[in-house]
Amino acid sequence: MKDKSIMKEELGKMLDKYPAAAFKGRKGHTLVVDQCLAPQEMVADTRTIPGIITERGCTYAGCKGVVVGPLKDTIAITHGPIGCGYYSWLTRRNKARKNEGEEHNFLAYCFSTDMQEADIVFGGEKKLRAAITEVVEIFHPKTVMICATCPVGLIGDDINAVAVWAEKELGVQTIAFNCEGYKGVSQSAGHHIANNGLFKHIMGTGDAPKKDFSINILGEYNIGGDGWEIERLLKIIGYNIISIMSGDGTVERLRSAHKADLNLVQCHRSINYVAEMLREKHGTDWIKVNFLGIESTIQSLRDTAKYFNDPGLIERTEELIEAELLAIGPKMEKYREICKGKTAALFVGGSRANHFQGLFKELGMETVLAGFEFAHRDDYEGREVIPTIKANADNKNIENLVVERDEKSYRLILSEERYAQLSKEMSLNYFEGMIKIMNDGTVVVDDINHYEMESFMKLLKPDVFGSGIKEKYVIHKMGTFSKQLHSYDYSGPFAGFKGAVIFARDIAMGLTTPAWKLIKPKWKTEPMLEGNYIEEVG
Amino acid sequence: MLDHTPKECIERKAIVINPAKTCQPLGATYAALGIHNCLPHSHGSQGCQMYFRSHLSRHFREPVEASTSSFTEGSAVFGGGSNLKTSINNVFAIYNPDIMAIHTTCLSETIGDDIPTYIAQATIPEGKFVIHANTPSYVGSHIVGFSNMTKGMVKYLSVNSNQPNGKLNIIPGFVNPGDMREIKRMLKSMGAEFIMFPDTSGVLDAALTSNYNIFPEGGTKVEDIIDAGNSIATLALGSFASADSAFELKKKCKVPARTLLTPIGINATDDFLVAASRLTGKEVSMELEEERGQVIDIMADLHQHYHGKKVALFGDPDILIGLTAFLLELGMIPKYVLTGTPGEAFEKEVRPMLEEAGVDGKVKAAGDLFTLHQWIKEEPVDLLMGTTYGKYISRAEDIPLVRVGFPIMDRGVHSYLPIVGYRGAMRLVEMISNTLLDRVDRDALDEDMELIM
Repeated sequence: MKDKSIMKEELGKMLDKYPAAAFKGRKGHTLVVDQCLAPQEMVADTRTIPGIITERGCTYAGCKGVVVGPLKDTIAITHGPIGCGYYSWLTRRNKARKNEGEEHNFLAYCFSTDMQEADIVFGGEKKLRAAITEVVEIFHPKTVMICATCPVGLIGDDINAVAVWAEKELGVQTIAFNCEGYKGVSQSAGHHIANNGLFKHIMGTGDAPKKDFSINILGEYNIGGDGWEIERLLKIIGYNIISIMSGDGTVERLRSAHKADLNLVQCHRSINYVAEMLREKHGTDWIKVNFLGIESTIQSLRDTAKYFNDPGLIERTEELIEAELLAIGPKMEKYREICKGKTAALFVGGSRANHFQGLFKELGMETVLAGFEFAHRDDYEGREVIPTIKANADNKNIENLVVERDEKSYRLILSEERYAQLSKEMSLNYFEGMIKIMNDGTVVVDDINHYEMESFMKLLKPDVFGSGIKEKYVIHKMGTFSKQLHSYDYSGPFAGFKGAVIFARDIAMGLTTPAWKLIKPKWKTEPMLEGNYIEEVG
Repeated sequence: MLDHTPKECIERKAIVINPAKTCQPLGATYAALGIHNCLPHSHGSQGCQMYFRSHLSRHFREPVEASTSSFTEGSAVFGGGSNLKTSINNVFAIYNPDIMAIHTTCLSETIGDDIPTYIAQATIPEGKFVIHANTPSYVGSHIVGFSNMTKGMVKYLSVNSNQPNGKLNIIPGFVNPGDMREIKRMLKSMGAEFIMFPDTSGVLDAALTSNYNIFPEGGTKVEDIIDAGNSIATLALGSFASADSAFELKKKCKVPARTLLTPIGINATDDFLVAASRLTGKEVSMELEEERGQVIDIMADLHQHYHGKKVALFGDPDILIGLTAFLLELGMIPKYVLTGTPGEAFEKEVRPMLEEAGVDGKVKAAGDLFTLHQWIKEEPVDLLMGTTYGKYISRAEDIPLVRVGFPIMDRGVHSYLPIVGYRGAMRLVEMISNTLLDRVDRDALDEDMELIM
């Protein structure tokens, strides 16, 4: 790792190349970690600068693409021109299957109102009503979700009124999400809108029978089957999983989410709203877990058992940890041999750039740069900064639900003393953020863009860059391996113990595949003497 | 798989299920990437640009860079002029392309942003170009967007300076870089001089050298698009993606225009070479004639594996028209031909082809894959040809799939190799017959396994 002061100077040089206004917009979004200066402040969740090749998406992508899309038993209609529905169709690897007793899995289908010019001019409500009528007739779903795209808000289509109409006329619960792409500054606003809609209309409407050790897994999207692996571990220990939000999830199970004793939060950014609202309304605590990485998985399983403080659970947790460690045996070791001493850079969504650092550490790799695409300050600095975050013109437009305590269902599981005790021992209703887990001299960057990524690649020369599809091939063209950490390059699961081995195999494979050594042709590396010899003979 | 698709068709007027098209701006982005040193720019919410880049990257497995005006709620209300002007400043200051190609989106079209005025008000560095195309997402499809951006290149750049260049203009349509390379190779083989635009070869099939450059070597140079106004004639390959630009060039620079089919299969490739030969005065080379003969040889030798098989095909109109013609040349039966792109012209062109061949088939423009699946459920076919999205129908109905068109996101290499020209025809025959034979081998009883087929 380079010296902190040199790194700071290099960062300065990189930013100096921006025109004045862009410089102003980007400074404060990068920092060199220096624990002597803790707490370090980060600028995040601000507007993207126009004209920048940003890696960010929009509010619709956050709402439909991330949170609502994976719910398999509902029909999510994209109300808009064809593109938005089309691009968010099957592209995120949120796997789902029809489990026993489940009637519907609509995830291989894309539903769009495919708005045409006449709908833009004369309004699209009529077409939307007809579209809902048609899907109800063909598919008989229990719920319908309407996700708005940019033009919907602009032409003033009242999708909420259409939802009320559909419920009344067709007898199918219909929920409208005003997630037009121009709202907010990134996908993040869409997560919030989706959280609000599902909390308001779905959660609390179900009545699943009360079982011991009931939990929800929040912010787990089952990419590459991660959710299934996490579920397998938790079920062996004896937890009753009421719902998963939202990978392989169903609306019908989400209805009883308020019945849980505890919520496990995997992705903090996309789901902390629901976790907090469930806590405010029903008293349910949440703990920040991380099932990526062996150590983190063990920690998460132990924290969960400790929360319930049940000897049986604690015992079964230890037994499971032992059995899983035994099952993977020394498999990690051979991959560690290949990877150790190498460095990683991470640029992923809202919590993954945290989650994967432990996995790289287990392979003997240091994360030299990490950043989130659409995070807020609390994801970098920890939830303690939330009271000091100032509202701006963009996030003020996103509804902040005021939640009141439901006296009938409100219950606190922990005594005051135990709550105080556990708060010291685990991330109870708390997320520490990124900066605290990173080494001095490493770099944290928010909303990285193409220019900065290229600059950091030259500066830090990481051996692996973990990111998404838009960044992947740029990195490869530079001759460096890039691993997609949104889609896992169609591998996985990476969660849990077995997942860690699959991840380790993938990284070792990516680092050692012979292609990297074949980049230079022989005529560029070897002396070309024979050519002269033939000439002389000729 | 697709368990909720019923056999019986219920008439739909509003909902599109499993689309076979996407929106204009994606096509505009693809076309713009075919200009050398060009940065495509999306004037809308930043999510649009994220979707185009991701989708194109998944098909080509290449970097796809594009900037965006990153609209906020404020810009959506007050107009995107300030965002666009800031964008133009930042793009030239940070990325320094030769040219910036702006397309609109449903957002900026709905609020009526006046792009030419914004461009006129912007500060553009000397020697740099900014062009634009209106590409409302609620009209047409990605193919129309490709056509509109290509037309934008002509409108902004091409000039007839009364200095005939003796070259032939080629507008290749929304095809892969592998196809564009093949079209160029055929013309070079004849010794014909030409200007092809857009040209994504060398951009979206670039080599890995570890010297990354945001603007790869390939793409049509701006000076060549300008010079296209001095050419002998323009051949538009594919009426949907290319004809408009050719006729714009005719109108603006008086360059004669002719529309041909995308050169897929024997007759369409013959027509292309005949036209190129007549216009440039260069003879079709022996090399190409030999290749043609090789394909005919292959077709005679392998016909028993595919002749008479029924095919359902879907994708983009120009490719489908070419493929339908070729399947008929192979003696196959194009039973269902469906595109998501709207336009009666498609049905008017394909229907007579089927009628003439005596094929009792269905043809549809502005269709979706839900409809195609229901047709197949009603009367099955032997082979499905289309994009990656076909794999779900393929699995549900246990019908083999030949991947062709855009996008193919679950297999590699396809974008480097042609389906146009005689080489492309050879590749298509290989893909079709191998796919059918793999199925025969898979399904054969032990005693029916054939060593030689």
